[in-house]
Amino acid sequence: MLTKNAAGVKARKRLCMTVNGRAVEIEIDIRESLLDVLRDRLQFTGVKQGCSVGECGACTVLLDGTPVNSCIYLATWAHGKAVVTIEGLAQDGKLTPVQEAFVDEGAIQCGFCTPGVVLSTTAMVDSGKCFTHDEVRRELSGHLCRCTGYQKIVDAAERALREADIAADEHPV
Amino acid sequence: MRGYLPDFDVRVPASLGEALELMAQAPGSYTPLAGGTDLMVVYNAGRLKPTHFLDLSRLAELRGTEEDATSLRFGALTTFTELRECRAVHQHFPNLVKSARATGALAIQNRGTLAGNIANASPAADTPPSLLAYGAELALVSPRGLRRVAYDQFHQGYKRLDMAADELLARIIVPKPLGRGFHYFRKVGTRQAQAISKTCLAAYARIEDGCVAELRIGLGSVAPAPVRARNAEAALLGKPLASLPVAAAREALLADMSPIDDIRATAHYRSVVTRNLLGQMLRELANA
Ligand SMILES: Cc1cc2nc3c(=O)[nH]c(=O)nc-3n(C[C@H](O)[C@H](O)[C@H](O)COP(=O)(O)OP(=O)(O)OC[C@H]3O[C@@H](n4cnc5c(N)ncnc54)[C@H](O)[C@@H]3O)c2cc1C
Ligand code: FES
Ligand code: FES
Repeated sequence: MLTKNAAGVKARKRLCMTVNGRAVEIEIDIRESLLDVLRDRLQFTGVKQGCSVGECGACTVLLDGTPVNSCIYLATWAHGKAVVTIEGLAQDGKLTPVQEAFVDEGAIQCGFCTPGVVLSTTAMVDSGKCFTHDEVRRELSGHLCRCTGYQKIVDAAERALREADIAADEHPV
Repeated sequence: MRGYLPDFDVRVPASLGEALELMAQAPGSYTPLAGGTDLMVVYNAGRLKPTHFLDLSRLAELRGTEEDATSLRFGALTTFTELRECRAVHQHFPNLVKSARATGALAIQNRGTLAGNIANASPAADTPPSLLAYGAELALVSPRGLRRVAYDQFHQGYKRLDMAADELLARIIVPKPLGRGFHYFRKVGTRQAQAISKTCLAAYARIEDGCVAELRIGLGSVAPAPVRARNAEAALLGKPLASLPVAAAREALLADMSPIDDIRATAHYRSVVTRNLLGQMLRELANA
């Protein structure tokens, strides 16, 4: 049977993953969420904490390319996986086309929702799929924004998808 | 930083056999953990009781979708995104695609699992009405072996399931509809994404010679658990599409529901809107 002690043991585990392409090895408490580890231990403060219950999308990161809410994702699940946070997009100060699209469309106001929504848009662009207007809205519906009224975010995402499409046509693989 | 970390530990069995052995050693002390989209919310809200989590993520036996001539068999760990993207699901079970799309938003769909949606036992879950409409069956596994349960017998009351403390939900088996089928799914929430249902109605009907030859209606959020609308079904079975007894069916539906007032909607609202959904479903059926 379970004793309080058994459950009370502060179980620790070595977590190995890559964050933004760099290998990270860190000892964690197995009860920590990926958000806890990225934000508080590894100082990736671009990962925002909003609701903590999977509703707002502020804590979104890409896990092997797939958007997940890091607040309801146990850090141990990331073992062996590739994590991308907003800090991992721009290279040498040069923004990615998705980030450029958000700037150009004026889709950023206070910026709190921006890391998450940019990462979800990045996943859409990287998927190489086509999205209708309604699909874009649906794909981004897990992100709450208190500032922009969403229209400019959707415009930015559609612009990023359009430009990626044109770029793909110019450089067929 | 968190102020409070409740006690829990996580066991990560590498095989189904190992998982079942652990559960058999201490029945009732393990909480299966799949995508965590329900359990982690309870945890973050500080409402999690000390427990041992049994992390199912490495159990290959619970993954994947198998198709044969008569059914699709979904592994317990099938995610909403996998459902949404599976061609056979689009082809045979359009309601399940709609349920999956209506669940949370994309990041939730990437993590949340079909078995988690069922075993969490929320009356407001969005795949159960569709599973009821399609006459799904569940395969449960324990050290005693495999057992199958008709899904419409699985929910026995509010958060009460026909699942023993040492059992895991292994597969969800959905028979492929035969013949000319009609599918309807609609969830009503405060908004389209990230909203828990105020009410939800899914239906599947087989049409033969212009009549309703087979009909199952699943309801969410209007009873202590997801339920079949057996009274409404009975009122409609065998009836010609040209003259469906709409008023009688709407009246019969009252006996299928026991809605309550809660933070999302009143009992009255649920009762009226669910009957309206049935009305809409029957208008579509009449033209099918
Ligand atoms: C922001 C947000 C929005 C949501 N929106 C919706 C919505 O619109 N509609 C909806 O229906 N749900 C919604 N949910 C709830 C949740 O995503 C679903 O219920 C999901 O299917 C749970 O699956 P999981 O794998 O994440 O479950 P977990 O949290 O891992 O587990 C849930 C329960 O199922 C049990 N369990 C899991 N797998 C098994 C198994 N194989 N055998 C036995 N028991 C098992 C667990 O012990 C636990 O009791 C939402 C959740 C969040 C956080
Ligand atoms: S903080 Fe994770 S979804 Fe809101
Ligand atoms: S820009 Fe402020 S929340 Fe979106």
